[in-house]
Amino acid sequence: MRKEIVVLLILAVVLALFVSPFASSSPDGLERVGEDHGFIDNAEELINSPIPDYAIPGITNEKVATSVAGIVGTLLTLAVAYGIGYLVRNRSESGSKVRNQQGGGK
Amino acid sequence: MHIPDGLLDAKTFGTAWAIGGVFMAFAVAKTNKELKERQIPFMGVMAAFIFAAQMINLPIGVGVSGHLLGGVMAAVLLGPWSASIIMTTVLALQAFVFLDGGVTALGANIINMAIIGVFAGYGIYLLFRKTWPNRTGTLVGTFVGSWVSVVLAATACAIELALSGQGSLKILLTGLLTWHVLIGLVEAVIATAVVGYLTQVRPDLVKQTAKA
Repeated sequence: MRKEIVVLLILAVVLALFVSPFASSSPDGLERVGEDHGFIDNAEELINSPIPDYAIPGITNEKVATSVAGIVGTLLTLAVAYGIGYLVRNRSESGSKVRNQQGGGK
Repeated sequence: MHIPDGLLDAKTFGTAWAIGGVFMAFAVAKTNKELKERQIPFMGVMAAFIFAAQMINLPIGVGVSGHLLGGVMAAVLLGPWSASIIMTTVLALQAFVFLDGGVTALGANIINMAIIGVFAGYGIYLLFRKTWPNRTGTLVGTFVGSWVSVVLAATACAIELALSGQGSLKILLTGLLTWHVLIGLVEAVIATAVVGYLTQVRPDLVKQTAKA
């Protein structure tokens, strides 16, 4: 993997672990408009999220809970997106010309 | 601008799910051709970076914040179809694991941030690349395309909320655009900085569009 991409991954980890606990807790643009005009009260929770609102349940220190949620989410996203990329490419290899580089696959 | 559950009515979120689903099936087929084998790790890292960066809400006014979306940034580096899959992956994980954006609203959020937020801005980027087929064109195109992508995604969001009876289109559009013309600047600065860094040493990291 190229050096620049490794740097981007390190940056992601640093943001998740050390910066996310200090992010602004103000509402975002949509929530703010929803507050100004009252419709945000119509929002509801339909599922039980394992890590609601980017805070690991059971960790009392809010900053630590956010930090751990951040790194869990970042690594989870890395794994899922890598997996999807692999599956998407793997499908094409059975049906197209790019099958010369490796015999592995699925 | 992740729409939570409860704000969109069934006809709106159902239609959005259908459009988003069909589009993503198409994107998977397109990504087969667009994405190179060696880019798969980059795709994973790009998604991880976008997830982490989306946690960082920056204050953009008194009592309001915004964060990166990242669709145009990903499209410039990996191509728009791969970018739409990256954005959809991030949005789905946020909805199901982190209670950020609803599950019924996921289709609408995909339309706003993974389709409009990717392709509209990427189209603008391509116009700049055609005019300036060099690094300046890449960076200016990324900047303007990123800003446009946020503004148009917010516009789509306002339309969906209006269709669901959450308020008049005029009020929703005015409210959302007021903040998102500013949030779009944050988007543009971050996206351009990342693309600038990644293309500094290896200009070939930018997705080659000439023959696509």
